[in-house]
Amino acid sequence: MKLDVDGPAAPPRSNGEVVFDAPWQGRVFGLAAGVIETRFGGDREPFRQRLVAAIAADPERPYWESWAVALEDLVTSTGLLASADVDVRLTRRNPADP
Amino acid sequence: MSDDHHRPIPPSPIERRVAALEELLTERGYVPDGFIDEFNRAYENDIGPMNGAKVVARAWVDPEYKARLLADGSAAIAELGFEGPEGHFIKVVENTADVHNVVVCTLCSCYPWPVLGLPPNWYKDAPYRSRMVREPRALLAEMGCPLDDDVEVRVWDSSAEARYLVLPERPPDTDRLAEEDLAGLVTRDSMIGVARLS
Repeated sequence: MKLDVDGPAAPPRSNGEVVFDAPWQGRVFGLAAGVIETRFGGDREPFRQRLVAAIAADPERPYWESWAVALEDLVTSTGLLASADVDVRLTRRNPADP
Repeated sequence: MSDDHHRPIPPSPIERRVAALEELLTERGYVPDGFIDEFNRAYENDIGPMNGAKVVARAWVDPEYKARLLADGSAAIAELGFEGPEGHFIKVVENTADVHNVVVCTLCSCYPWPVLGLPPNWYKDAPYRSRMVREPRALLAEMGCPLDDDVEVRVWDSSAEARYLVLPERPPDTDRLAEEDLAGLVTRDSMIGVARLS
């Protein structure tokens, strides 16, 4: 058997690799999970459809950014947030932004 | 700069946008306090490829379990206590000496979370999603998994209707290993189908 069980190519003993390159990616991942749980009864399909659309709209965009776009689309298109809410909040948080 | 945190690097536009989104969604009660931390901790610490490895090892040592697993993946996986988001409609496909299965999601990133955790970055990238359909043998070889010409390659496109888990072949000379030790041999990549264990 040529399986490397201790070295760098070792099988995942616990959980494989780090999945988030930056903290915000973990936040947006958990946010989507929370909204799906509380507002969609655990049905992931409405979100998945928007993720597919977000990836198709800009295939070169980094994956977690598409995830954020899909989540924002989900919450605004279903009326949980108004379409301008995020921009308004951004301006309030960062008044110097253009 | 209006930010009152003493951050050495200003947050990027996407960081700021996600932070604003989080504020709004938590304020309105759509995401309960503490939910994100708890959910992410589960995926970072408890849920990952070891769950899938335990499923594979059980199938290797228990032919009746293997039959149930191939007949109804989600139900057999739930027998071991692994359930959750993206856990419905898991279909298990078996590698043999003549058939090599590999999994992709061409449209987004469908993946059997309860048994493999979250997908690796390359799984979500456009080159993998397109090339695994167009030229699976070439891509598999590039990823360190060359296949003989007489091995049939079956590419499974994960979707909302079905998420696939590959049941890799049991490596040779492992007859004396206990189920727990067998699980330690199973890699995540072998369960996606981009690696073989023997």
